[in-house]
Amino acid sequence: MFYRETGQFKTSYAADMQIFPIRQDRIALWVLLAVAFIGIPLLNAFHIWPFGNEYMLRAILIPFLILSLAAIGLNILTGYCGQLSLGSGAFMAIGAYSAYKFGTGVHIPFGLFDLSIPPLPMLPSILLGALMSAVVGILFGIPSLRIKGLYLAVATLAAQFFFDWVFIRVKWFTNYNSSGSVSAPDLNFFGFVVNAPIERYLLCLIFVAIFALLAKNLVRGNIGRQWMATRDMDIAAELMGIRPLYAKLSAFAISSFIMGVAGALWAFVYLGAWEPLAFSIDRSFQILFMVIIGGLGSILGSFLGAAFILVLPILLDQVPHALGVPISVETVSLLVFIVTGALICWLLIVEPRGFARLWSTGKEKLRLWPYPY
Amino acid sequence: MRKLTLALAALALAAPAVTEPALAQNEQFIPALVYRTGPYAPNGIPFANGVADYWTLLNERDGGINGVKIVFEECETGYATDKGVECYERLKGKGPTGAAYFSPLSTGITFALTDKVPGDKIPLLTMGYGRSESRNGAVFPWNFIAVGSYWTAADVAIQHIAKELGGFDKLKGKKISLVYHDSPYGKEPIAALEARAKLNGFDFKAIPVTHPGVEQKSQWLAIRQDRPDYVLLWGWGVMNSTSIKEAAAVGFPREKVIGVWWSGAEPDVTPAGEQSAGYKALMLQHGPGKFAVHADLEKNVVSKGKAAAKEDFAQVLYNRGLINSMIGTEAIRTAMKKYGNKPMTGEQVRWGFENLNLTAARIKELGFEGMLQPLRFSCEDHQGADVARMQQWDGKAWKTISDYYKADDSILAPLVKENAAKYATEKKITARDCSKES
Repeated sequence: MFYRETGQFKTSYAADMQIFPIRQDRIALWVLLAVAFIGIPLLNAFHIWPFGNEYMLRAILIPFLILSLAAIGLNILTGYCGQLSLGSGAFMAIGAYSAYKFGTGVHIPFGLFDLSIPPLPMLPSILLGALMSAVVGILFGIPSLRIKGLYLAVATLAAQFFFDWVFIRVKWFTNYNSSGSVSAPDLNFFGFVVNAPIERYLLCLIFVAIFALLAKNLVRGNIGRQWMATRDMDIAAELMGIRPLYAKLSAFAISSFIMGVAGALWAFVYLGAWEPLAFSIDRSFQILFMVIIGGLGSILGSFLGAAFILVLPILLDQVPHALGVPISVETVSLLVFIVTGALICWLLIVEPRGFARLWSTGKEKLRLWPYPY
Repeated sequence: MRKLTLALAALALAAPAVTEPALAQNEQFIPALVYRTGPYAPNGIPFANGVADYWTLLNERDGGINGVKIVFEECETGYATDKGVECYERLKGKGPTGAAYFSPLSTGITFALTDKVPGDKIPLLTMGYGRSESRNGAVFPWNFIAVGSYWTAADVAIQHIAKELGGFDKLKGKKISLVYHDSPYGKEPIAALEARAKLNGFDFKAIPVTHPGVEQKSQWLAIRQDRPDYVLLWGWGVMNSTSIKEAAAVGFPREKVIGVWWSGAEPDVTPAGEQSAGYKALMLQHGPGKFAVHADLEKNVVSKGKAAAKEDFAQVLYNRGLINSMIGTEAIRTAMKKYGNKPMTGEQVRWGFENLNLTAARIKELGFEGMLQPLRFSCEDHQGADVARMQQWDGKAWKTISDYYKADDSILAPLVKENAAKYATEKKITARDCSKES
């Protein structure tokens, strides 16, 4: 009744090619963006529940946004290009540590001629850090030209363990800090220091919005079609004139770049001080689960998956206490594991293609509502 | 199915709303970041029980602190930094005046919170762990590394080795290896040990063990080849008992293994059984056993069935939890002397910490005589004491085998100063002028 494109005529190529061809989708997106960019800051400013307190922003929305971004990154690689990767944590770590190095000044003693770069401002640090991640992503993507599937996953696992080791062992990356833990420099963007929770939230939101838009446009363009063709059948894609080298390595590069940005944000904006354990293999799995639960090959799915994997345990954790049920924290945390695990199993049985698929089924049903045939 | 999902979602959304108005006005809220699950749970549980039981004792026996009832809530961190940050955000604003102080019992979480507490104005009580340079209260106004830092521990361990060998001059040419948990926690003592190695001329080698520390075969094989004279152990959780088992497997004498005070509790030695006999560990001043405070606990908490402790009652880490809560609540009491008997804000508690003076008489009055030496914080000194003892596991119980050692300030003070200054420049902090503080 409400969700129907009847009467929406496309009279120009531009109208035909827009991201959301259905008007209701566009309206929904604008409403969502308005809520995220204007509504939440307003609610926060007037201390209105649920966004009035810092907890919602700092402990739920900020990590949700950052991990969504990481999930988008992995979705490009695994969901769109079909290259299974277990190295997300490593690529995030490279983004974080490189951004840290660029932000605090790089000094490489080459013997005769030292290479010194003074501390860079925050935005170039993050982007250069992400670029480093992209370069490493390409390097570790090279095996993907020869090996596929699980074997590739093992190759990317090597990246994960290698960089875990590098950031623990090579003291240069932690500026020779005795404890090996580093703490982020000020989040100074063009003279404006981002500090309050709402500012941090908006910073993450801007990054996520830009990269989500970028990713959405990439995947429906030429390069995205090359990725999907490679994913669906690489030999057929090659016969049709798609160069696997270009398609696969570009997916690795762009995916690692986005994960690098997410890693830098995770370290700088969410944690503030971190150690390599923050980007361990657990993080890689967490992001892979987000992508699988959310839906492989869907940008929206990345957000839904991140919400499910990150936010659901936090909420479940607080339910017994909020209801006044007197059970100990250890029982609660074990229950959270059980319930979350059961929900994941149930979801994958009911809809193996994840939340994104549920969403599109819902939209199909809504089109016919209230007169389904 | 959809109804179920909707109901769950509604429940989840409604949950935070229900909790808000539950607390009354005359209550002091103290959060507890605990880990009762995961690989570090065997050590996390007794500490958390001690912390909780002392608060319960104050409520049951005295009706709180000067009539202000203590309300506390636990949040499970699982020793993970990101979960710890989430717990911190969840608990910091609760109660009429917000969280009084935080004690995360994790060096990783401490590092992350150190950057956050100045903004939220909540003190961080890290008893015997955390950033060693946070002893410098001028640069770290919100951190209180009470009783001892890892640098204190490292220095005392070397002093004890020198004593066993018969003098500092005997250290020359000896080999001392450090088997450490590969995290900020395990890396902290390296700076102090390197300084000592340079001074006393022993050969120092650091051998990392990856989290969580159940796989250390290669490390101990390397030790067998290298044959160090002593091995220092900086482990936590399952890593400790694994190390002792591996030491036994390669035939390294347990008498020559010295653990830090986080490797010197019952859960660390009992899993290795007979093999642990002879193993030594530092004491964060106190050991296991019952003292005056335990009689009060048995009378007011245990007998009423309100104790969190079970068989861990009066064990090493349980007692450490008691001391942790005692220092925290005494800081609140000190703050009340200045600000009146009402719930204190984090800022007021910080003042309380900085002006806390636990004299021998006061410690006796509180029932902690024999567990703790006098402790006094000041603006410059956020550690308050730098003494430690040594204990040895005889196969059944921990026995104190040394008197108090005092860490050598001529070695540690420059380290604290240098690292605090480095942190201050990195974070663009201007150190407070302590001579102007009241």
